[in-house]
Amino acid sequence: MPPPRTRGTALRQRLADLRGPGVQAKALDARALAALAANPGCRRRAILDGAGVDKAALADALGVPSGFGQSQFAFMRGNAFEARVKADGGAELLRLVHRTLDPGAEPPGRAEVPDLTAAGPEGRVARTALALREATGAPGGTGAWTLLDHPLLALDVAGSPAFLEPDAVVVHPDGGWTVVEIKSFPMLDGSADPGKVGAAARQAAVYVLALEEVAARLDPAPPVRQRVLLVCPKDFSNLPTASAVDVRKQRAVTARQLTRLTRIEDIADALPGGVCFSPGLPAAQLTAAVETVPASYAPECLAACELAFHCRARSRAAGAVTALGRSVRAELGGLSTVDDVLAAAHGEAGDPGDPAVAALRRAAALRTEALALAAAPGADGPRDPARAGREVSPCR
Amino acid sequence: MSLITTLGRLEAVRAGHAQPAATVRHRRLSDRPLVLVPLTTAGETGAPLGALVGTDRAAPRLLAVPQPRDRDLRFAFLAELADVVLPYIDGYAESVEAAERTETDPETGKRVKVEVELCAEAPQLIVPSRAGIDLVRLLGRSMRFRRTAEQDPEAPHPAPPRVPLLGRWLTHFGERARVPGSSLLTALSELLARHWTTGQSGLEDQHLGALLAWIDPPEGVPGAEAALRAELARDADGQLLCPPAGPATDPAFDNRLLAPAVERYDRARTALAAAEDGLEADDRLGALTAAEREIRALVESRTRPTWDAVWHGIDLLRTLPEGAHVEERWTRDRWSFTGHRDRVLAGEPPQPRRDDAVTAANKLAAREREQARLDAQEALDDPLVMAGRRLAGEAFAGEVTDVVLAYTEGRRPSPRPLVTVRTDDRPHLGERARVHRSLDGRPQSAEFAGYAPDEGAGDGEGALVVLRIMDKMGRGREPEAGSVPEKGDRVCFTLFEHEQRGGAKLPDAERTPWTHGGPPGGSDAPEPADPVTEEDVL
Repeated sequence: MPPPRTRGTALRQRLADLRGPGVQAKALDARALAALAANPGCRRRAILDGAGVDKAALADALGVPSGFGQSQFAFMRGNAFEARVKADGGAELLRLVHRTLDPGAEPPGRAEVPDLTAAGPEGRVARTALALREATGAPGGTGAWTLLDHPLLALDVAGSPAFLEPDAVVVHPDGGWTVVEIKSFPMLDGSADPGKVGAAARQAAVYVLALEEVAARLDPAPPVRQRVLLVCPKDFSNLPTASAVDVRKQRAVTARQLTRLTRIEDIADALPGGVCFSPGLPAAQLTAAVETVPASYAPECLAACELAFHCRARSRAAGAVTALGRSVRAELGGLSTVDDVLAAAHGEAGDPGDPAVAALRRAAALRTEALALAAAPGADGPRDPARAGREVSPCR
Repeated sequence: MSLITTLGRLEAVRAGHAQPAATVRHRRLSDRPLVLVPLTTAGETGAPLGALVGTDRAAPRLLAVPQPRDRDLRFAFLAELADVVLPYIDGYAESVEAAERTETDPETGKRVKVEVELCAEAPQLIVPSRAGIDLVRLLGRSMRFRRTAEQDPEAPHPAPPRVPLLGRWLTHFGERARVPGSSLLTALSELLARHWTTGQSGLEDQHLGALLAWIDPPEGVPGAEAALRAELARDADGQLLCPPAGPATDPAFDNRLLAPAVERYDRARTALAAAEDGLEADDRLGALTAAEREIRALVESRTRPTWDAVWHGIDLLRTLPEGAHVEERWTRDRWSFTGHRDRVLAGEPPQPRRDDAVTAANKLAAREREQARLDAQEALDDPLVMAGRRLAGEAFAGEVTDVVLAYTEGRRPSPRPLVTVRTDDRPHLGERARVHRSLDGRPQSAEFAGYAPDEGAGDGEGALVVLRIMDKMGRGREPEAGSVPEKGDRVCFTLFEHEQRGGAKLPDAERTPWTHGGPPGGSDAPEPADPVTEEDVL
């Protein structure tokens, strides 16, 4: 291997080595980025995502498949809905943007829909930036509406570039930019599932951040609107309806979390040499490789990370109380394993002067008392036949 | 989550099976619940794919929609569902008992008692999970504004006759499920999680199979292992051995089994439509029936395990004795059921899409009140719940060490005995704080009078609390027998009230102040049905 010329190429080479020979990098998408930002302490996720490792394939190779997948029904319907929203040169979409976000501007008649095709992600990013600059024009805008269908944006994540593809970006007549997010969950009587809206807002916030980087390179920088447009099917129909979602908070949180991510270089430097996450390797070797990077597992990972089942198994095997939930960890002070907590609760270990230990002992005593009261003969306590004989004294 | 629950989780991890989170059952379980295990099609808003429904665990009724995007097939499904659910509900609407209710007389404005009917029992709908409750609400919303051919002969795609009525009932069930402590519509996984603490996180408890695996693991298998199998184990075809409780299906099922079967059904249907003579049509009808049967079998294969799991869970819950206050809360469910029955009988329009300000405020106030009531009643019914309140400093238990009779000053002195309680708990007692205890099911209140000097072991643990008993001692000069604790008695006082008072009364909807949008727009016209579009999905 020739000596690396610069630090940048050295890192790129190092990450390629981590992926394994001949393995294509998997681009980070906004969903993964939002999930990463939700758990910034997880170095394992940061390095795997940063190196472009396909975590689903890695999980399969580790013998704990992720179970993530999309039903083709949902996929088809999502695509059909998006196509419908963008049909006819985006007329319906621009009408929604105009009505919801910018009613003061002139109504969109015929909109520009620039062609954004180019070779490779870098090419598409450059093409997108060019199209944005042309559409924005002089300060104050060109006075026309422009729709960018599936533009590609780049965002620097912990020292490696991530490519992001919003559903659409609209350039207003005044030169402002708006992110459009098209989702196929319904807006029923004007309200949608708050969990899904929250996820969409976090995802859109990532796009806003990436757009701001593009805007910052223009002079003067055009405003990136902090209210994004969420387009969903109305009630039980296939007709689109839209709502403005203010993502200032999500944007601020994500921006802060992204700066908190340990730099991928630093994680990579801390790895022993020869570590490789190629899915082609034997499971034992992969397990050892994954073990070289610390993870911070919490149950929330199950919904966001392909490797979660693997991390959960390790976390459980280590007896970590966080596997039972972050809130559990929070109330136990410095005690972090199941055995430590139970020993402290039962008076076998721990300093009684420690408030966490004292509270645990009181809780254990009260729990034992209550269960004994309920199980006492004569008292109308519970008798669970499925458990009979097994559960005489749950708190010793 | 209280520290006691956390400890329960840790104990469950060590023991390898779930630990009790309650010593009594805090919700009503009907003798004859209607279990509904629905499945939906991914991506389509609540479009049903199929369901198992019924009151007989051995003989559920299987409903299936062979092509979920076909409006007529969906309507047929909903009509069939109505055929099962509505007779079940009607069965409870007829048997009534007399009851009294206070109402405001519209003429005099006074509160008067009126004789009303109260249904002697109420139906109970049980779904596997919280998502099932959401689906019931969604189905209710999608059906209640539909128009039948009778109501609106001109409109295209009329709904089958009883579908709008089913929509109103499901809406009512869904709305009632938001009231804390109610049992008209409940999710089994939530019931189980309320009564057992597993060795996994609350998020993982939402998986019915994993939850049951912790509560009742197979003989000799640790709960964690059984739960893992329920969550992840797949057969040779990549299908989950324990299908998700729904209503969402596993993507692998959708892609590998369901999608090809739906496609075969579509092809068979197209072929049948193109048939040119009777003989050919007969053959192709056979093919269509076979394709439909295949989809029904697929739906049954994914719902039957959940159906059995739900009944298994019900069995487990039935082993717990019912809490003392459950009956009272169930009576509120019966009132709720009776009220909606009366609204339907009176020909009132379906529930509106959006509540007016007064109705919404009333609903919120009712839910807050019921939550407070539930918290208090569960603690009174269950020493394990009370332990949590004691740990939080909201209650204390101990032994009476001293009783001194004292009286109010005045012309007719009333008893105000001072009771000293030794407790190891650490209640957050402010000056003259009110505390309450249950005296034969009725709350007796006392006032905190101070701490007594403790001559005993002054090891920092425990305190002597002096309380002044305030009421429930009768009218005489001497307190009635048994109304004042005696020395040596074990007592438990709470800092929270046992019975909830209603909040401030809200104005009638017609008198909504302008700050809240004014009276609801006086249109008596029924809400319009959802517009029917060509690509309507539900």
